Amino acid sequence: MTFRRHGLTCQQVVELVTEYLDGVMEPRRRARFEAHLDGCDGCTAYLEQFRSTVAVIGRLDVGDVPAPVMSELLSAFRNWSDDRDGA
Amino acid sequence: MTPDEDVALVEALRRGDEKAFAALVDRYHSSLLRLAMSYVATREQAEDVVQETWLGVLNGIDRFEGRSSLKTWIFRILVNRAKTKGVRERRSVPFSSLEGDGDENQPSVDASRFQEGGRSAGAWSAPPESWEGIPEDRLLSGETRMVVEEAIALLPAMQRAVITLRDVRGFTAQEACDVLGLTEANQRVLLHRARSKVRARLEEYLSAEPAGVGG
Ligand SMILES: [Zn+2]
Repeated sequence: MTFRRHGLTCQQVVELVTEYLDGVMEPRRRARFEAHLDGCDGCTAYLEQFRSTVAVIGRLDVGDVPAPVMSELLSAFRNWSDDRDGA
Repeated sequence: MTPDEDVALVEALRRGDEKAFAALVDRYHSSLLRLAMSYVATREQAEDVVQETWLGVLNGIDRFEGRSSLKTWIFRILVNRAKTKGVRERRSVPFSSLEGDGDENQPSVDASRFQEGGRSAGAWSAPPESWEGIPEDRLLSGETRMVVEEAIALLPAMQRAVITLRDVRGFTAQEACDVLGLTEANQRVLLHRARSKVRARLEEYLSAEPAGVGG
């Protein structure tokens, strides 16, 4: 296993992944982060797992609106709209 | 939605266009409900909050000026209502936790997985395995998604709120900050904690043999 590749330990790398993925890392830090990944299979796998995790979360069902809820909301909308017209 | 689409939609609502309202409810209702659950104790209260939010949207639509996106504006109404309700019902989310959840300093990966001392301190001792060999249909199976849902449900309130907006709903960091009233740095810490825990749970789940295979 690697040792402080480019000044970052694996234990430090795992704390920086969201910052990295958000693209808000300061350029020199980003270069060190990427250089570490280039030489470290463990952290490369970690980043890949992290990305897959985010992808799975993005595929969760947001769910449908239950029909009774929708019809209740639409009737509230009609009341609101009628009140406006009448005002 | 683009600002132009927002404007068109808002005008349709003001005109009383029921289809436009139904489309808006379809788009955001479930996400609003998910987010409300971070602030109040029960699903029933969360449903009330979402209902109030929609009424708030209608009653406030004439005051919507497009300074934020319609989406951000709607979700902010929800957060305000939910916080008020959370206070009124003396809910479970303690105040300190509306900023953070108190476990932000915990490591993303258990310290036991790294070497402790010597030249290699901080390097993996038990590195994660690549998931590349895992078939896509296992990674996206209903069972895997259930595991992820459960992991999210167990997160502390604000971590759950942030991951819901960012990763379930695809909000940008800036939009999540606007809705939840967090600084960007705080938002990122919460998101990172949340994702780290979900990843750890998934790793645990995926490293076990799939049911019905093996032997
Ligand atoms: Zn590493």
